[in-house]
Amino acid sequence: MYILGISAFYHDSAAALICDGVIVAAAQEERFTRKKHDAGFPHQALDYCLSQAGIGPSQLDQVVFYEKPILKFERLLENYLAFAPRGFSSFKMAIPVWLREKLFLKDLLCKCLKKHDPGCPWSERLLFGEHHLSHAASAFYPSPFEEAAVLTMDGVGEWTTTSLAVGRGNRLEILKEIHFPHSLGLLYSAFTYYAGFKVNSGEYKLMGLAPYGEPRFGDLIRKHLVDIKPDGSFRLDMSYFDYCTGLTMTNRKFDNLFGAPPRKPETALTRRDMDIAASIQQVTEDIVLKLVRGISAETGMNNLCLAGGVALNCVANGKVLRDGCFEKIWIQPASGDAGGALGAALSAYYLHKDKPRAVVSTELDGMQGAYLGPFFEQNEIERRLQSLGARYSVSSDAELFETCAGLLAEGKALGWFQGRMEFGPRALGGRSILGDARSPQMQSVLNLKVKFRESFRPFAPSILREDLHDWFGLECDSPYMLLVADVVEKRRIPMDGQQQALFGIEKLNIPRSDIPAVTHVDYSARIQTVHASTNPRYHALLTAFKARTGCPVLVNTSFNVRGEPIVCTPEDAYRCFMRTGLDFLVIGNAVLRKEEQPLWREADDWREQFALD
Amino acid sequence: MDLLKEFWLFLRERKKFWLLPIIITMLLLGLILVFAQGTAVAPFIYTLF
Repeated sequence: MYILGISAFYHDSAAALICDGVIVAAAQEERFTRKKHDAGFPHQALDYCLSQAGIGPSQLDQVVFYEKPILKFERLLENYLAFAPRGFSSFKMAIPVWLREKLFLKDLLCKCLKKHDPGCPWSERLLFGEHHLSHAASAFYPSPFEEAAVLTMDGVGEWTTTSLAVGRGNRLEILKEIHFPHSLGLLYSAFTYYAGFKVNSGEYKLMGLAPYGEPRFGDLIRKHLVDIKPDGSFRLDMSYFDYCTGLTMTNRKFDNLFGAPPRKPETALTRRDMDIAASIQQVTEDIVLKLVRGISAETGMNNLCLAGGVALNCVANGKVLRDGCFEKIWIQPASGDAGGALGAALSAYYLHKDKPRAVVSTELDGMQGAYLGPFFEQNEIERRLQSLGARYSVSSDAELFETCAGLLAEGKALGWFQGRMEFGPRALGGRSILGDARSPQMQSVLNLKVKFRESFRPFAPSILREDLHDWFGLECDSPYMLLVADVVEKRRIPMDGQQQALFGIEKLNIPRSDIPAVTHVDYSARIQTVHASTNPRYHALLTAFKARTGCPVLVNTSFNVRGEPIVCTPEDAYRCFMRTGLDFLVIGNAVLRKEEQPLWREADDWREQFALD
Repeated sequence: MDLLKEFWLFLRERKKFWLLPIIITMLLLGLILVFAQGTAVAPFIYTLF
């Protein structure tokens, strides 16, 4: 039985295909259209999913949309009614969109699906799941747990912003919900907006900025903005926020509380901005920890699954893990709305169709390392490279890993394009840019020469799973880069008083450990453990690098530039390679050296193609 | 027609008949906005709608 899940029309549209409960393929539309956070119907992602399964559109038994538009419309109307006449500016923006398009979503979906097969009775095959149920399903069903508590937290779905569910076997039941407008995701987004970053994409920058600051506004936030109950449930004081009625996240009362207007995007970051980031991060962690402890007490379960945009806050996830309320936690790598497509398909299979669920292994989950996207055979890669006029050499696997390890050890930045593309926002060694984590310059080189992004943001390490304990204070797998832990004491370089007093990026530039490129100012790191079972090629590269240098850690950042979706095809990779300061590109077994390539010319400035995120 | 049927089912399921006159008023107001406005531009903030 083939079930296709779709998320679309809000942000991060995606398609995911399952066959008898097993995930066959999943991809975000932005990777194909090259439009970051593309919200359009995922035509290309759908085509890819079908081709991966080798089936035609008419062979899909069900198509499931990840949320229920009418419930969302109900929330909108009741919200406008509650605040009328204050919300008119928002109303006049929202209602035309709904009356023209979103209210007729079923028709729109059928019309889009008809483009793939005009003769298929799509409306009979179409189902709609609930937004948070889709998130919960995406977290529970692929997890390696027979039973688990499931916590989902995001901006907002239909009504729900936070939900607690319990999964047992093939059943998944939502027990509790917190409803709009009280939302942890929107609270974090409000501060993202206030700190001058883009809502819905800059949240991870706020998280990256937090370790530089002191949480001196934490009490102010708790006193005025959010009332946190002992079980973690919370209420926001809506008089400080504008998102129910206006077109911004915060209002003047909010500005007055913090004593200044929002920071203008792209202006210099001050210590105050860092303190704001640290404060909201602390409050977020406080809420998440209380929620998790409450859930543990209420359900008595040993396992916890997390999903929803807030579950991408890996610093909070790390604290949940260390808190020890749950023995094991598992986080859906595509925790944002793209993952809703997968959850929608899984919930239709297990809940709607009531199919049995078998947990294959307690070690491996059902996400296959999140490598669920397109794959290119070596001959296909070479054909594409030739048509681009690229110059490359082909190595055997053993030579390739040795060569790449050598280049990395020399301090070269490497584009690493191998196997299937990742599903979710993180590059996990399928479409990655790699560097030497031991190099004190690597952080700024990658930020400024390759990624063209703010230099305050640290990079994440990939480490051989078997060497994890020797480098980081983490004892469990973290294959999806969703847990933050500290570099172990013996690898740290203590900062003297003068260095401690440094501020912001200057502090980041002080080597603080044996792997400075991936160590944040508070010695933390966002860890990816690399497993031979899910990514043998990346594992082999790390092994070769370790044999050469004694260090099993590499810098791993996504293969893109700022504002660009992660590369999908060899052509995307070559384009990105030629535009940036990358020294080498490895696609499958093909190695490309920058100095051997023909001159790269573009008519326009490519930087203008990508809006800053 | 499908949509109207679904809306009716929804009102019945959620026992929200009191919403009906408000919905009609808001939809009328919305329709005026649609005709008064050239394009429906999706707003830039979070996906609240």
